[in-house]
Amino acid sequence: MRDLRLALRQVRFTNRAFWRNPAAAFFTFAFPLMFLVIFTTLFGNADVRVPGTDPVLVVRQSTYYVPAMASFAVITASYTNIAVSVCFQRDAGILKRIRGTPLPGWAYLLGRAMHAVVVSLILVAITAAFGAAFYGTDLPGGAALGRFAVTLLVGSASFAALGLAVTAIVPNADAGPPIVNATILPILFLSDIFVPVGTDPPAWVDVVGKVFPVRHFAEAMQSGFLGTRFDASDLLVALAWGAAGLALAARSFVWEPRR
Amino acid sequence: MGDVAIRVRGLRRSYGDLQAVRGIDLDVERGQVFALLGPNGAGKTTTVEILEGYRARSAGEVSVLGHDPARRERSLRERIGIVLQSTGVDPYLTVRETVELYAGFYPRPRDVREVLDIVGLSEKLDARVLRLSGGQQRRLDVAIALAGDPQLLFLDEPTTGFDPGARRQAWEVVRNLASLGKTVLLTTHYMDEAQNLADRVAVMARGEIVAEGPRRRSGIGTSRTRRSGSGSPRTISRCRPSSPRPRSGPPTATSCSSPTRPGSCTRSPVGRSGRGSSSRGSR
Repeated sequence: MRDLRLALRQVRFTNRAFWRNPAAAFFTFAFPLMFLVIFTTLFGNADVRVPGTDPVLVVRQSTYYVPAMASFAVITASYTNIAVSVCFQRDAGILKRIRGTPLPGWAYLLGRAMHAVVVSLILVAITAAFGAAFYGTDLPGGAALGRFAVTLLVGSASFAALGLAVTAIVPNADAGPPIVNATILPILFLSDIFVPVGTDPPAWVDVVGKVFPVRHFAEAMQSGFLGTRFDASDLLVALAWGAAGLALAARSFVWEPRR
Repeated sequence: MGDVAIRVRGLRRSYGDLQAVRGIDLDVERGQVFALLGPNGAGKTTTVEILEGYRARSAGEVSVLGHDPARRERSLRERIGIVLQSTGVDPYLTVRETVELYAGFYPRPRDVREVLDIVGLSEKLDARVLRLSGGQQRRLDVAIALAGDPQLLFLDEPTTGFDPGARRQAWEVVRNLASLGKTVLLTTHYMDEAQNLADRVAVMARGEIVAEGPRRRSGIGTSRTRRSGSGSPRTISRCRPSSPRPRSGPPTATSCSSPTRPGSCTRSPVGRSGRGSSSRGSR
């Protein structure tokens, strides 16, 4: 279909612009590695009980953080970065201009989302390689690799859809980063990404983890690296959130800057 | 529909109590350069955005190349080119890549080099967009609008903020578009721009068209030439209607019987300073 080809073409142009901003590109990829090093340095090589495992799996902090930071990287690239950059493009008048061309809106947004998926793939590859090289992390192999790839695709696509949806509540580009971070950071903290939640968290923390897609995604990513049990329902939760994001974006996406 | 590119009857647009457009009629013929002239706040941009399909209208009929722009039909978007008041392109792509990107959206695009030739950006083919001056960026905007080889181009305030040199270059571009047979609807608050470029001018103020007519060598409705530096108010002549506007029935396009007769018009300063000279009359 012609419009699908246009969407893929959009990925190419978005990608070109992305790499020509070397500072932004560099820090996109350095970000998760930076966090990985910081966390492992701060918390030393102590052991951590992986939440949600039964019988309890105990691994080193660094081993735990590799999939956690990979998940964080995917969410940053797919959700946060898309939301913030779309808000800037909107205020700059780029989206309005696109809307005046024959390119269908969905094709443009699909192109942005696909680019985010590509960036996520590269990020995870880099994080995994770094983890394998410096922290002796196991990489997913065999059947687990297949499930891991699906997890990655479903996760990044769903978070990208949510990133596009959230732009509807951002009034202008300057408010973008604070608002988007306010929506995602608390959930990240409560979903075992930065700190594995302790042995006896309050019940509501568990509810947050169950309701939102972050912990589900993180656990699916974890199973690729740590060999914990893979639960397909985790992907379904992420997919459901992605579909909701898509529906919301289809209804409420704002193409013009608000005066 | 052969001769008419744009046909508007009784167009209205209100925002709550505020009436931005109060019932205007327009006819733009194919191949014509039509200028909508008026001060800021007159409703020009609102009108043009309705024609471009960005805004819904409150009332009236609109036909652009035979389509109703409110339906946002793709086939209409394939035949028009839009230069918005504000620019916005990805700063990291080159000029050529930018035009290529947009050209790809259209079924029968124009050759990229040719487009850049028309707008005078040929030497900047491989320059990154962030390296362009303001005037060059504006010309890139026109190139983008031209990339799909549209039949009709909308230019919203194309030279606002330009120095006189850039202005003249931009006018050259518009003349090139006209010589290609394109229909051009441009909005401006510069009288000399309307005079120099347009085949036909409609003057808009406070949501209404107060005067309309073909371009005249001596300027619309004035016998006085006035030079003003920046900072002094620009004078636009306005015509009082010869008869009170009818309360019922469709509003008419021209409320002046004879826009160019000096005696029939009053002048009032319009409170915005313009750039460059405001000398009327042909150069």
